[in-house]
Formats: sequence, structure tokens, C-alpha cells
Amino acid sequence: MVDKSVATIQEAIADIQDGAIIAIPGFFVAGVPRALLRGIIEKGVKHLTLACGCGALVGAREECELLVKNEQLDKVIDSYPLDRSASKGANNPFEQAVRAGKIEVEIFPMGTLAEKYRAAGAGIAGFYTPTGVGTAVEGTITNMPDNGKKEKKMFDGREYILELALKPDFAFVHAFKGDKEGNLRYRRTARNFNHVMAASAKITIAEVENLVEPGDMDVDDIHTPGIYIKRILQVERPKFHIGIG
Amino acid sequence: MTSDSKMKKLEGIPREMIALRASKELQDGWYVNLGIGIPTLISDWIEGRDIILQAEIGMIKCGPIATGDEADQDLINASSQPVTILPGSACFDIAESFAMIRGGHMDAIVVGALQVSEKGDLAGWNNPARGLTIGVIGGSMDLCANAKKLMVAMEHTTTTGEPKVLSKCTYPLTAKGRVNMIFTDLAVMEVTSKGLILKEIAPGITVEQLQSVTDAPLIVAPDLKEIEF
Repeated sequence: MVDKSVATIQEAIADIQDGAIIAIPGFFVAGVPRALLRGIIEKGVKHLTLACGCGALVGAREECELLVKNEQLDKVIDSYPLDRSASKGANNPFEQAVRAGKIEVEIFPMGTLAEKYRAAGAGIAGFYTPTGVGTAVEGTITNMPDNGKKEKKMFDGREYILELALKPDFAFVHAFKGDKEGNLRYRRTARNFNHVMAASAKITIAEVENLVEPGDMDVDDIHTPGIYIKRILQVERPKFHIGIG
Repeated sequence: MTSDSKMKKLEGIPREMIALRASKELQDGWYVNLGIGIPTLISDWIEGRDIILQAEIGMIKCGPIATGDEADQDLINASSQPVTILPGSACFDIAESFAMIRGGHMDAIVVGALQVSEKGDLAGWNNPARGLTIGVIGGSMDLCANAKKLMVAMEHTTTTGEPKVLSKCTYPLTAKGRVNMIFTDLAVMEVTSKGLILKEIAPGITVEQLQSVTDAPLIVAPDLKEIEF
């Protein structure tokens, strides 16, 4: 057996250094790897890029506020990085840091982001998508100076935009169950970005609510095969308030 | 916009009734995604009908909102509300979810909007009043660009009475030329190559009044009627 289990968060994230690009799954509150996020807050690594999917940092509000307060973030990639309400956002330390130019934010449509991670894991360099044609997505959307236009191409009379794979250095994932060889199973809509991000990164670290022995999960019940997972550890099932922030 | 539009906000139908009217356009057997805002209210009107709701977080046949102990933190819809499972529900990952959206498998999408144009353009992810180049796109661009039928359900004007139905959107676009129908508190309009066809109008509102709060020119349908529920 290839035992990938580690006992502590510190051990799980030992090789994460300043400047790392880390994928953070989760859809608002659901499926966010909060124990591992707490780990990097405690470790204090800086100049991080967090590559998200849909508002993981809006959902994991406390963790986001600590990362901002400790000035650990250089950049966030997401489809939904802000509070929906402008007045709520104005009081959010993350948005304040973005407005002050301390954190760069780059946004993409959610399906494009999902496919950027999927492509990275599947060895695809890029893909053409019809999403965002005729919008600002034809260029880079950030709070920093514009980095130019993306390539477009016609297929069967419809225009498509070229989007590139996004390959993070690390991915943190949260699963309901996993075995010591790294096979994972998610629960309900907490699956969201976890699988595509697990496959996308160079090194993927899984936190699971239930760590079991190889063979305890039926082969047909595995959502993410262990090949994508480098380390796995058991964490407490997080409890949080449902809702956006 | 006209100066009249700023003076008086016309009294139309309530938000729930906009949702009810839009729900009539959905057909049994359809797979549908509902956006945040008035579209979410549509789910109250389709209970018992065979309309299957997709939530882009990764679920089809998304059940009614969960309450009390029923709420499960691992089971939320795309608006981050706790939901329930129905016989026939399925959960899946995000790439699968957007493959079914981008792949054109959704029969209809109903979304809110900040602005809609007579050309079928829709603006919704960035209100320039917020003063940021970034905004909240979420799944809106994928949904709007790839639905078989794109419907907008929204208030006809802003809270200050500014028109939201325009000749040309002035806010950053979510999708270009994709909107098919617009449901508001004042009217039901269809986007065509000729322009906006006014098909139904709220009770007690005249076409002239409606035009005064609509930037885009309205083409009155020969069989114009009151909004039908």
C-alpha cells in the first residue's frame, strides 16, 4: 500500500513556500478546504496566489479576513470574488485591499474556470469557448492594468474565445471520505470544484472528514482516483453558517 | 431616458407576479436554470410541474429550499441557499455542470439583469456605480451564452426610475444578442430582429406611459393584451 496519509496539517503543507499558487475549491461555503486554509494562515507564507472557482473566500469569510490581515495574498483568481451587495462589500477587508491595489483579482466566467482546471489536469493546453464573446472576457479582467486581448476564432459560423489551462502549484481539496491511497468521495454539492482542482495541480493535498483503509470504499463509489492525491489527512467536519458570507 | 421617467415610477405588478408570468413560459419536461433575484421566485410557481431545475454548483432536479434541521451544509444551490433532494435528483462536479450548460443542454435560463437592450444584449455582472473593473460573473456568462432560450425577469426601471430596457446597454455586457424574452413589472417583450415587440402590458398602464420609461423603441404587437397569468 502507498500510504499517503499524514498526521498533521503542518506535515501536509510543509513544502508550501512564499509565492505559491494554490487552488482553493468550494462554492461559497460548500466544499471549501478550511482546515488547510487555516494551516497556511498559521504557517504565515506570503505572496500567495489563490486560484478559486466560485467565491470560496466569500464563503470562508473568517479565513479570508485573516489572510488579508496578515498580508499573505498577492492575487486571487475567481468568478465571484466579491460580495453581491455593494454596501456589504465596501465593509469587507478583502474588497478594501483590492480597492487599495494591495491584492490583484482576475476574474473569469465560472464554466471557463472549471474547464481551465480540467484542461490542466487532462494535459490540454487551451480550449475555445463561446462564453464571453462580445464582452470584457475577450480581454483580461483584473483590477490592474489590462493585459490585452485573447485570441478568437470562428467555428461553424460562431465565434469562440481561446482560454488557456490553469495549472496551480498546489491544490487543497475537501472530501467527505478518502482512503490512505488518496481515493476520494465527495458529498452532495460540496463536490463542485474539488475534483477538477485535485487533478489540475502539481501537488494536491486532501483533507477528508472520514479517513478509511484502502478497500473500505467500493471501487464504483470513488469520485477522484488516488493518482491525483499526494497527501491526505483527516480533519473535523467543519460547521458553518449557510449563506453568502 | 426622459425627464418624465424620473418624476414618476409607474405602478406595475409585484415581483411574485413577474415570476408567475415568466413561469408560464416554461414547458413541462424542460431543464431550467434560475438566476438570483426575481427568477428564484419562479420555483414557488412550478411546484408539482415537471420542470427540472439545474443548479450550476452541480445538481439537477434541485428540490425546494430546506428549512430548520433539514438544512444540510453540503447541499446548497447556486445562490447558497440550503435545498432538498427529490426522487431523481443528481449531483455532479463543476466541469460536468458547465459542460451541460455550455453544451446547450439547458432548455431555458431565466436571469435578472441590470440592463437589457433591444438587440438582446444583457448586462448584469458589473454595476459601474461600484467603481471596480472586476465584478461578480459567476455562472451568468456561461448560462446566458449557451441556453436554448434566454429569458430576463426584472423590474422595468431602476429604483430611481431610470430605464433598464435600452437601445444599447451602457454597463459591461454579460452576453451579446442572446436574450429572447423580457418580463418586467410593466410589460412582456420579445426580442426580434426588427426590435422589441411589446406583447403584454400591465393593467392600467398605457403604451405611451410604458414608452416613457423605456429607452428602446417598442413595436406594439397587433394583439397587445394585458399581462396574462
